[in-house]
Amino acid sequence: MAKLRDFRIALLFILPALIGLVVFSLVPTIRGIYLSFTEYSILGEPTWIGLDNYTAVFKDDLFWNAMAVTLQYVAINIVFQTVIALGLALLMHRVAKSTFIRGALLLPFLVANVIVALLWFWMLDYQIGIVNEFISWLGLPRVAFFGSEQWAIPTIAFVNVWRHMGYTALLIFAGLQAIPRHVYEVASLDGASPTRTFWSITMPLLRPVLVLVLVVTVIGSFQVFDTVAVTTQGGPVNATRVIQMYIYQKAFGESDFGYASALSVILFVILALVAFVQMKFLKGNESDLD
Amino acid sequence: MKKSLGAVAAAAAIAISLSACGGGSTSTEAKGEINYWLWDANQLPAYQQCADDFTKANPDIKVKVTQRGWGDYWTTLTNGFVAGNAPDVFADHLSKYPELAAKKQLLTLDDAVAKDHVDLSIYNKGLADLWVGQDGKRYGLPKDWDTVGLFYNKAMTDAAGITPEQMAKLDWNPQDGGSYEKAIAHLTVDKNGKRGDEAGFDKNNVAVYGLGLESSGSGQGQTQWSFLTATTGWTHTDKNPWGTKFNYDDPRFQDTINWWAGLADKGYMPKLETTVGASMQDNFGAGKAAINTAGDWTIGQYTSYKGIETGIAPTPTGPNGKRASMFNGLADSIWAGTKNPAASVKWVEYLASSACQDVVAAKGVVFPAIKSSTDKAAAAFKAKGVDVTPFTQQVEDGTTFLFPIADKAAKVDGIMNPAMDAVVSGKAPASSLTQANEKVNALFK
Repeated sequence: MAKLRDFRIALLFILPALIGLVVFSLVPTIRGIYLSFTEYSILGEPTWIGLDNYTAVFKDDLFWNAMAVTLQYVAINIVFQTVIALGLALLMHRVAKSTFIRGALLLPFLVANVIVALLWFWMLDYQIGIVNEFISWLGLPRVAFFGSEQWAIPTIAFVNVWRHMGYTALLIFAGLQAIPRHVYEVASLDGASPTRTFWSITMPLLRPVLVLVLVVTVIGSFQVFDTVAVTTQGGPVNATRVIQMYIYQKAFGESDFGYASALSVILFVILALVAFVQMKFLKGNESDLD
Repeated sequence: MKKSLGAVAAAAAIAISLSACGGGSTSTEAKGEINYWLWDANQLPAYQQCADDFTKANPDIKVKVTQRGWGDYWTTLTNGFVAGNAPDVFADHLSKYPELAAKKQLLTLDDAVAKDHVDLSIYNKGLADLWVGQDGKRYGLPKDWDTVGLFYNKAMTDAAGITPEQMAKLDWNPQDGGSYEKAIAHLTVDKNGKRGDEAGFDKNNVAVYGLGLESSGSGQGQTQWSFLTATTGWTHTDKNPWGTKFNYDDPRFQDTINWWAGLADKGYMPKLETTVGASMQDNFGAGKAAINTAGDWTIGQYTSYKGIETGIAPTPTGPNGKRASMFNGLADSIWAGTKNPAASVKWVEYLASSACQDVVAAKGVVFPAIKSSTDKAAAAFKAKGVDVTPFTQQVEDGTTFLFPIADKAAKVDGIMNPAMDAVVSGKAPASSLTQANEKVNALFK
């Protein structure tokens, strides 16, 4: 009896989250999978067309372009973001102990994504942006940060690194604090150099946190959209047409909701695989402390 | 309008399971509140005035006017159609209404026009016909129109020794660009003060571009290149409206684009990659370009930059000896799902009458569709010190051509936008547009 009552109370607490999950995640996901097998222009009824959307996707040059562009973005974004965040976390842990400085690192993350994108969009403008004014004052040629095909993706990746590095550093910093002090004391008694301590103690013990951070940031990175939407909108030509932007354009621009759903399902499968591989091979759910 | 989260969630769940059900009571009497949307913030005060006047004359009907920026306008509208809370009446665009009509989202106005004896001859020529769909039914009543012209920085033309009379008489051809290119070259100045047509001009260090660049213009090039291509005899489609075959493979079109994109190579126009960011207008305001080609709806913005005296000239004459300008006409349409069709029809008829269009004209922001109101708008601009003849003369001289109306406009745009970007940025030759044209025409098979 007591167990059943516990269960009821537990259910009561879970219910709000459960409703949210079912209404905003589960039902739309299932409906999205269904729509990916249809031709659907949102006004009117979906018509079942089987696998046609999927076969079309694999023959679609713009889809493969979107995948390549997205991967390029994820690679630049994750590598820089993780390395910088790790460095910042170490600084926060060992050097910068003032709450003010630690708080300041988080400031970019507190600004809304769209605002950050617009801010950099203006500062990096070719003709009247402050960064290019400075570059040309130095006597160097101006750079079309958002306008050139070579620079657009690195620029967008940089903007998001700038916004997220403080937050990522905070997560890693929490992981650093969880490493017991006595392990370091033993290391220093054994005469280990700081480099050796970092690679042999800090990194292995930080691994579960790093894996979690990587899973979350890689998935978030694949879903880059807002920065592209308010700056380049997929251009120049197709250089920044990341997969989410392409999905958005197909659905809301060209009213091709069936095709866009198929693209979304493919992205969903890719992300599920990425998360699975990361958890499996980096052993994110085990700690070396035991 | 406040709802609890539970109600919203339940509503969302119902909406998902039933997917867009219409229904509800439909009132046949002309009373109640109707919602009206438009996208241009500059015109909001004028239309609020119209709404107030309308309610004064019809106390039973209240009109709620909402303005949304162009960027969100169409997606919000589509969401509204699906969710069942779209505005009863909204400002509609020629590139959008064919798809909305095909999806049965627009109320036909033929019965109302016949019943209320709406006189369609009061509008500028061609505007009313633009809103008759492929099925022969009318989906909107004319609201306003626009043409294209040249805005130029008067201090720069004075310094270059080009008079307003010369600016008004430029000619162009796709081979050497005519006096239009000569003026552009002469107005271009590099960092050392050398002009574009002088020896020693450094095209990699340009301080002022002769011609501003907004974008590649996608498949329509309304303000970018259509005023040039049209003077070669080229048309976007096999017939207009409702063309089903596009002509982007035509040499006349490709030669024009080739010439235009070549200006960037010569250093007379910014490279396409440099235009992502600050708007073309703001670069003009910052003194980075001497001439910009733009539509008349930007008059207010171009004449408002502090410290810059803006001149306006008509588009250059082309190989056929005439000028050309795309003639775009907006209209007000009624959503098919309106709960209040009678009041909506009454409001649309009021918007399309001289009572409202004279109010809009008096504000001097845009040209109303009714001929007599157009004259009043020109007078209102004149009172502000702006001579709008370069825009109105295209209509008077009959040198306008209609905006290309075709089905699947969004998909055509999806193909042509990257294709044109590639050509204008110099990544692909103009002949690559032949391939894009094949893709576009395949949409109609």
